[in-house]
Amino acid sequence: MKRARPLSPHLQIYKPQITSVLSILHRVMGVVLSFGMVGVVLWLLLLSCHDTTCAGGVDWETSSGCYGCFQGFFGGFFGTLLLMGFSFAFFYHLSNGVRHLFWDAGRGYKLETAEKSGLFVVGISLVLTALLWASILL
Amino acid sequence: MGEHKTVQRTPLGRVKGLGQHSGAHHWWVQRLTAVALVPLGLWFIYTLAHLAPLPAADVRAFLTTPLHMTLMILFLITGFHHAQLGLQVVIEDYVHCEGLKFALLVGVKFLAVGLGLLGTVCLFAIAHG
Repeated sequence: MKRARPLSPHLQIYKPQITSVLSILHRVMGVVLSFGMVGVVLWLLLLSCHDTTCAGGVDWETSSGCYGCFQGFFGGFFGTLLLMGFSFAFFYHLSNGVRHLFWDAGRGYKLETAEKSGLFVVGISLVLTALLWASILL
Repeated sequence: MGEHKTVQRTPLGRVKGLGQHSGAHHWWVQRLTAVALVPLGLWFIYTLAHLAPLPAADVRAFLTTPLHMTLMILFLITGFHHAQLGLQVVIEDYVHCEGLKFALLVGVKFLAVGLGLLGTVCLFAIAHG
């Protein structure tokens, strides 16, 4: 078995910066959204389910037992919290993704610009999430 | 001139998947899917928010109109492709055990294709039913 060679310390040394934190956050949100995609397929699967007997003979036309259950969970407190989390993940990954696309075009690399755009991304993500949920809940 | 790119590759290397790793291709497709997902993703979030409180029958009726069904399928395909490419990079970055890395990479790819197809089939099933 190969003995692990020593590595230079990094996380223990470097102070977290806007740049590095937003970068890892982008990756984390991406992974979170991947799970979200699985959830989307689950949603479609339940929608397509013809099984009307699981919640005691619920009519296919108006509602489906499994789908109703699913809807009920996400309408509840924890379900709503989960959806809010996913929507923030989406808006953050979208906004930071656009920031990445600007970098791909060669723009915005100056440190000051990168830090400003980073703060803007965080701000706009929070705003869009708030706006979405205001339109849903109010 | 017109010469094709020359790659140093032995038969064993090709089988092991070394060399010519289409890194640039991966990069491009990731950006293309990203750009496509800006409108598609926003459409999806907006649609989901609107559909959430509705009973199943109404949701089905909405989703199976030609335009919305097409957008939904596009969202699934593009989303899963983008996710697969992203997860591939994450796995390559953090998993160093070659066996596990290979298994995870293949697994993610299969899941992306399988789930994308499943979602699409569900939509057709709803439309048909």
